[in-house]
Amino acid sequence: MDKSVKIEVKHLNFYYGNFRALEDISLDCYANEVLSLIGPSGCGKSTFLRCLNRMNDLISISRVEGNILLGGLDIYDPSVDVVMLRSRIGMVFQKPNPFPKTIFENVAYGLRVNGIKDKGIIENRVEESLKLAAIWDEVKDRMHESALGLSGGQQQRLCIARALAVEPEILLMDEPCSALDPIATQKIEELIHQLKKSLTIIIVTHNMQQAARVSDITAFFYIGKLIELGKTDTIFTRPNLKQTQDYITGRFG
Amino acid sequence: MAKHFFRELEKIKKRILSLGAMVEERVRMAIKALETRDGDAAKKIIVSDYEVDEMEVEIEEECLKILALYQPVAIDLRFLAAVIKINNDLERIADEAVNIAERVQVIAKRQRLDVPFNHSLMAEKSEFMLKNTLDAFVNMDVDIALRVCSLDDGVDNMMSEAYDVVKHAIGEHPDRVSYLINLLLVSRHLERIADHATNIAEEVIYLVEGEIVRHGNYL
Repeated sequence: MDKSVKIEVKHLNFYYGNFRALEDISLDCYANEVLSLIGPSGCGKSTFLRCLNRMNDLISISRVEGNILLGGLDIYDPSVDVVMLRSRIGMVFQKPNPFPKTIFENVAYGLRVNGIKDKGIIENRVEESLKLAAIWDEVKDRMHESALGLSGGQQQRLCIARALAVEPEILLMDEPCSALDPIATQKIEELIHQLKKSLTIIIVTHNMQQAARVSDITAFFYIGKLIELGKTDTIFTRPNLKQTQDYITGRFG
Repeated sequence: MAKHFFRELEKIKKRILSLGAMVEERVRMAIKALETRDGDAAKKIIVSDYEVDEMEVEIEEECLKILALYQPVAIDLRFLAAVIKINNDLERIADEAVNIAERVQVIAKRQRLDVPFNHSLMAEKSEFMLKNTLDAFVNMDVDIALRVCSLDDGVDNMMSEAYDVVKHAIGEHPDRVSYLINLLLVSRHLERIADHATNIAEEVIYLVEGEIVRHGNYL
């Protein structure tokens, strides 16, 4: 099967003031694949993830050099509508962050922001998204209760449903399981396997076994540089570089 | 966790090496018993085989425990996978030493009949392969491992040579069939020792290079 490039990153540099947090990163991310980003704290993997949907724009002292192309479109082009961009590239964070609203309204929120008013369409899309996020059966009878009453694992899947409602092409996940127990983690991992049939996922994780389990491609970052990029099964059985091996086998420092 | 994990790996390495030394010694004893037709020495090998068996089980249990507790990756994963297989090959080599010892017990009781086949040379080659394969493992040396692999065909040929010689001898001495079959079996056991030594060498290549080179598919 031919693989189509979803995101092309070319010579990306990222600065917080004078500090260069990312150095000359180039990589391609393919459609319907899961790319995991691993590396020690401060290596730039979250910064890299946040560059992909311009979350770093919110940091006034930050600066970006290089290009990130989404289906050929340079996402840092001044003409790009950031709200539009973020509906194409959704994001799920480390800690579940449902809005203090009902379960239904949490998922419908993005649709309303995007100007969809038709009640029928919204209801359908909410149901579809909750089903996709594998939480529908657990919440279908309590759609109008507060989302804050859900368990942590449920809240995280609700946030995934919220991101899916606007039908993104790419889902960014920043340590989505770090606040969850093993059962909830397993559910999210199963979900990732399901979701990659319809979209592309880029996940930052500190859990090496999780990267090994869920991703097709793994990128190892270290002090702002992309050290090794390769098929996940190769990275975890016979990485090319000693630095990668030292990190994944715990021989660092 | 890392320090503890590396200590566990070191422990495993020490144990598999001492199992290797133990098995090598048994093969040496079996070959000596064969050369001297010493039934008593053969018996010692047979009755003490449980020591190897017990050690094999302990090493395997340790490896499984480490896999479950630490989920190792890359070189550590390859090391444990290789140890589990090498462990098994070593135990089988010790079994072959027992098999030779059993043949020796039979042969020692019978009148000697010389056949034009040199078991010593075959034994020497198998023993050499075993020693070298263990050296390759200790030193993670792919070159030595490859050399061991390349020696296996020679031992296989000696086995078929032994077959021809024994077949001919049976024709000439039909009353000594049992004795001669025991001699043939000895060459079969030596050939198996060389096979297991080759398997171990292949595991060493996998361990170092990350490439599976089994079934004669060398680099």
